[in-house]
Order: sequence, then C-alpha cells, then structure tokens
Amino acid sequence: MNPTLRNTLLTALVSAALISGCSKKDESADNIIKIGSASPLTGPQAHLGKDNENGAQLAVDEINAAGLTLNGKKMHIDLIAEDDQADPKAATTVAQKLVDDGVVGVIGHLNSGATIPASKIYFDAGIPQISPSATAISYTAQGYNTAYRVMTNDRQQGQVLGQYAVNQLGAKRIAVIDDRTAYGQGLADEFEKAVKAAGGEVVAREYTTDKSTDFMAILTSIKSHDPQVVFFGGMDPQAAPLAKQLNELGIKAQLLGGDGMQTPAFIDLANSAAEGTIASNPGLPLDSMPGGKAFREKFNARFGEIQNYAPYAYDAVYVMVDAMKRANSSDPAKYLAELPKTDHQGVTGHIRFDNKGDLTDGAVSLYQVKSGKWQVLQTVQNTK
Amino acid sequence: MDIFVQQLINGLVLGSVYALVALGYTMVYGILELINFAHGEITMFGAMVALAVISALTGAGVDLPGVVIALLGLLTAIPVCMALGYTIERVAYRPLRHAPRLAPLITAIGVSIVLQNVAMLIWGRQYIPFPPILPQGHHNLLGARITDIQIAILVTSVVLMIALTLLVQRTRLGRAMRATAQSPQLAGLMGVNSNTVISLTFIIGSGLAAVAGVMVSAYYGLAHYYMGFLLGLKAFSAAVLGGIGNLAGAMLGGLLLGVIESLGAGYIGDITGGFLGSNYQDVFAFFVLIAVLIVRPSGLLGERVGERA
Repeated sequence: MNPTLRNTLLTALVSAALISGCSKKDESADNIIKIGSASPLTGPQAHLGKDNENGAQLAVDEINAAGLTLNGKKMHIDLIAEDDQADPKAATTVAQKLVDDGVVGVIGHLNSGATIPASKIYFDAGIPQISPSATAISYTAQGYNTAYRVMTNDRQQGQVLGQYAVNQLGAKRIAVIDDRTAYGQGLADEFEKAVKAAGGEVVAREYTTDKSTDFMAILTSIKSHDPQVVFFGGMDPQAAPLAKQLNELGIKAQLLGGDGMQTPAFIDLANSAAEGTIASNPGLPLDSMPGGKAFREKFNARFGEIQNYAPYAYDAVYVMVDAMKRANSSDPAKYLAELPKTDHQGVTGHIRFDNKGDLTDGAVSLYQVKSGKWQVLQTVQNTK
Repeated sequence: MDIFVQQLINGLVLGSVYALVALGYTMVYGILELINFAHGEITMFGAMVALAVISALTGAGVDLPGVVIALLGLLTAIPVCMALGYTIERVAYRPLRHAPRLAPLITAIGVSIVLQNVAMLIWGRQYIPFPPILPQGHHNLLGARITDIQIAILVTSVVLMIALTLLVQRTRLGRAMRATAQSPQLAGLMGVNSNTVISLTFIIGSGLAAVAGVMVSAYYGLAHYYMGFLLGLKAFSAAVLGGIGNLAGAMLGGLLLGVIESLGAGYIGDITGGFLGSNYQDVFAFFVLIAVLIVRPSGLLGERVGERA
C-alpha cells in the first residue's frame, strides 16, 4: 500500500470514527442507561445463556419503546451482553469489564458458580445485581446489599423435592448425583438433607462434571445399590444422556431433578428415555404465571422457543427499572435503596424481597414428562 | 462380578472411541511432530455433518431402515471430514512446516477455536439430538448388559484399527508413511513425495475422527459444537499414555484410559472407604497417566526420543 493512499484511508477512518462519535453524543439528550447481562453465550450452556439475554433484551426493548422518563429525560437502556462461559473465573473478568464499562446494574449471572464470585465485584463497585436463575443459597448469604434474585433458592427447591421423593413417591433408597457446580452440588445437598429429614436413606452419592456425557461408570456403581429414586443435581445437557444410560443399564429407578433439567431440550435430547422423569422448577408453570401466555407469544415471535429462565431475566429488568423509577434516578447508589421495597407484579409472579435479597414467598412446581411433554404435577406455594 | 463386567464393558466402549481419535493425533505427531489440536473439532464436525444428513433424511420422511439412514450420514461425514483435514493441513500447517515448532502449535489451537465457532454459526448453540433411529436392543453378557450400539462401536473400532495397522505395515503408502516419519528428507531422496504422504495422513486421521464423532453422538444421543474439545483432550492423553507417535500405543492407550476411567469412577469410593468419591475419576485417570510417564517418559509403547537425525 503506498503511503498517500494509506494516509487518505487513515484520515477517512478517523473522520468516520469522529462522526460516529458525534452522533452518539447527540443521543445523550436522552438518559442513556447501561445495564449489563452476563450469562454463558458459548460452551455447553450457551442455549440457556442466550435465552436469558433474549429475555432481558425483550424487556429492555419494551421499556425503550414505551418512552419512560427519568428525571424529566427519556430513558434509553443499552443492554451490554457479556459471555461468562458458565465459568467462575471468566465470570469475574466479565464482571470487572461490565463495571469498567460503567453499567448501573447487572442482570445475571445464569449459574450460581459464576454468580457468586462475580457478586463480590458488583458489591465492591456498589452496583445492584439481580440474578434471574442463580439458586445457590450462598449467593445471598454473603451479606452483600447489592445481590438479589428473582427465583426461589435451592433450600426451597431441595426441600420440596426431598419431601416429594420420600412422602409421595414412597422411596426409601435414594441415589444422588451432582455435577460439582455450585448449583448442582447445592441443590443435591439440600435434597439430601430433606430426604434424611423425611426418613429416607441416601444409598449412594456420586459425582460428575458439567461437561460430561458418559455416566455409565457411576450409574453402574449406583445400580449395585438398587435405589428407587435417582436424583440428579445439574443441567439438561448432562441429564439427557444420563436418562438414556439409566435405561441402557436397565435401572428401573425414578429419575428426579431440579430446574436445570426441566427444559424442552431435555426431552428433545433424551427422546423416549425422558418419559416419566420428574423435575421441579421454581415459580409457577409458565402458563399459570400471571403474564405467562402473553410473554410466551411475545418471546416466540421474536426469538423462538423459551428454554427456561427467559421470563425471569425479563422480570429482573423490570424490577431494576422499577426501582430506578421510584428513586427517579439511575444512579446505583440512589436506586439501590429502593430495591428492598420492590413490590412488582411480574410475568413470573409477585416479586418481593426478604432482607437477604431472596424472594419472600417463592413457589416451586413439579413437572413430569408424559407423552413427550412436561406436564404439571403440582405446585407448592409459599416455601420458606 | 456382574458389576465389574459392566464397568469393563463401559470402559472398553469408551476406550475404543478414545483410541480411534487418538490414532489421528498419533499419526500426525509421528510424521510431523505436531500436536494437531484441531483434531477434536474434526470429530465434532463428523458428528454434526452426519446429524444434519440424518435429520434431513428423517425429516423428509425417507422410508429407509434406521441403520441405513445412519450409515448414509456416516458416509457423508467421512469425505467432508477428510476434505476438512486436508484443507487444515494445507492452509494452517504446511506454510509453517519449517517455522519454529511453537508456530504450528499456536495455529492448531487457532484452527480449533475457528472450527468451534464456525460450527456454532452453522448449527447453533443448541444440543442437537440424535434421532432414535438405531435399534435399542440389548444382550446379556456374564450378567452385564451390552447394547447393540455398544457392540457396533466396539466392532467398528476394532475393524478400523486392524485395517489401519495393515495399511501402515503392509502397503506401499504405509511404507512411505513410515519412511517420512523417520526422515522426511531422506524419504524424499528415495522418491517419496512427503507432501502427498502428509496430506494422506491427515485425510486418513480425519476419516477415523469422523467415524468416532458419529459413534459418540449416536451413543450419547446428542451432538454439540463443543463436544470435540473434551473428547480431543482425552484422546490426546490416551495417545501420550500409549506413547505418542506409535499406532499400537494409541490403541492401547485409548482402551486403557477408558477402562481406567470407568473402573476408577466405579470403585474409587469403595477402595478409599468413601473418602474419595467419583468426583475424583479424572484425577484418578490423570494420576495413572503421570505415574506411567514417570516410569516410561515416552509412554507405554513409545520409542526412544531423539531417533530423528
């Protein structure tokens, strides 16, 4: 490339950058509010991560279109989506990046394992964080006034599952597997406690990872203990091959699990092996949610099928913006004080927080796969 | 006893897949002393291409037996992966043939990331289910269960391993490959076109990877753009365990790693009285790997290093 041409090109580039910079500045007559969204956008849980981002994006676009004003200026929210790879280490990097980008709030992260280390960074920066889907108890037990979630926690879910296994399924011998993530392990631990409290016995405790697809070895080992229920604490990419391999090994036990596997992907992947599986999900079934049907229509029209947590991400954005409206400011220091007073009728239910940032009266629903679809078994209200 | 047999079957099935993929690593290393980190991704592409064909066929309502549809998927995946392997070598490794050893290693990692992202763009982030078209039958073997798919995986792997051994030991091409592995320059003087041999090595390895990919996705019932990473890592470990560069070593290493993982996960809790659980299965496998490498640094069947002039 000859020097003159290069100079011309450089000048063109620089002026283009300047012009675009200028046009950005003009918009700041509006009140531009940056909100971060953090979830795994690559790796095995990318489908769930993108789902969360889409849920948040839907809410953001609605709010922007509605033309709400804050302190006399029109609100314009920019959703900055970052990829935490469902990895605790990457999550802290992403959290720092969001803080450096000047976000005033964060919707995320998806996994408890990623949410917990990131929450310290948001707390130190004084930035409120609402996780749509992190259910580990320790997330809100750290004493951070910036940490909130709009989903029932693992204690509530584990208790419902444990009592169901012993009291309603009548199981005495129960095997427990978890994926060694903060979520899977946390849920499995709470389940185990509830099983023991209800008088059941945990005959085997096995472990896998959130990237495995082969469970033949641990299932063979479990088979020798002849359990009536096999509980899995983990996500759908593992739960589906696990269900298949239970069949292949001829283990007749009932497969039971939490919200991570209560997804359409689980049924697609496990096919006929999914039949009969029971799993819980915090909150009400989407169709029983106050705004569930409308949400499904809006979401399907734009992004296709809902994977799992999109409605929670959607509600999380509204909870955050509501607090901003009450504080009449998007300054984190100001609207953070309004978050504990949240009283929001969202898509997923009535959202109010206790002093830790957990939902006050979360519901947990149980579902079973019948003729290739998740069907509601029962909903347990007001879990503590 | 039946539990032990079951764990052995689990391990052998897993191990034979590791072995097929490990062969690809070891063949390339044997000739180029290059660790082709993109090899796991070729496995993934094999699974993805086959699944795309299978889904298209079943979606179009083609009335063929499930096994035939799966074979059609496999027969499409093999040439696609062979072309992919050839292209990768031609584009990413050949220009760096005489560069310092680290340069092609870095491009290998780069190619692996590019392939993952290309697959993500083509097939999306979703897990892709393998349609339930294959026979789901099972048989009893000494009190353990072995499924039709497991038998198919074992038989296919063994046949391919024997075929590859015959190819390398008994044919002209095999002799050219062995000669190039010993000394590319000298092989060239004897009239061997080393570029052709290297290309063919990549093509054969990629073909094996395609078969492994399709078998893995059929076995576990799913495929995903990320699946090649862990499989590649395990297969690479298997190749090192057996002695990288040595074909028999890759097969032995693969089978051994599969069995060690399976038995480790199944028995580690009982052996340690519950002190260590199955969460240590990978630790256990790598512990064995390290122990072997301390005693035999070039792997179980590896030759002495430094043979090359």
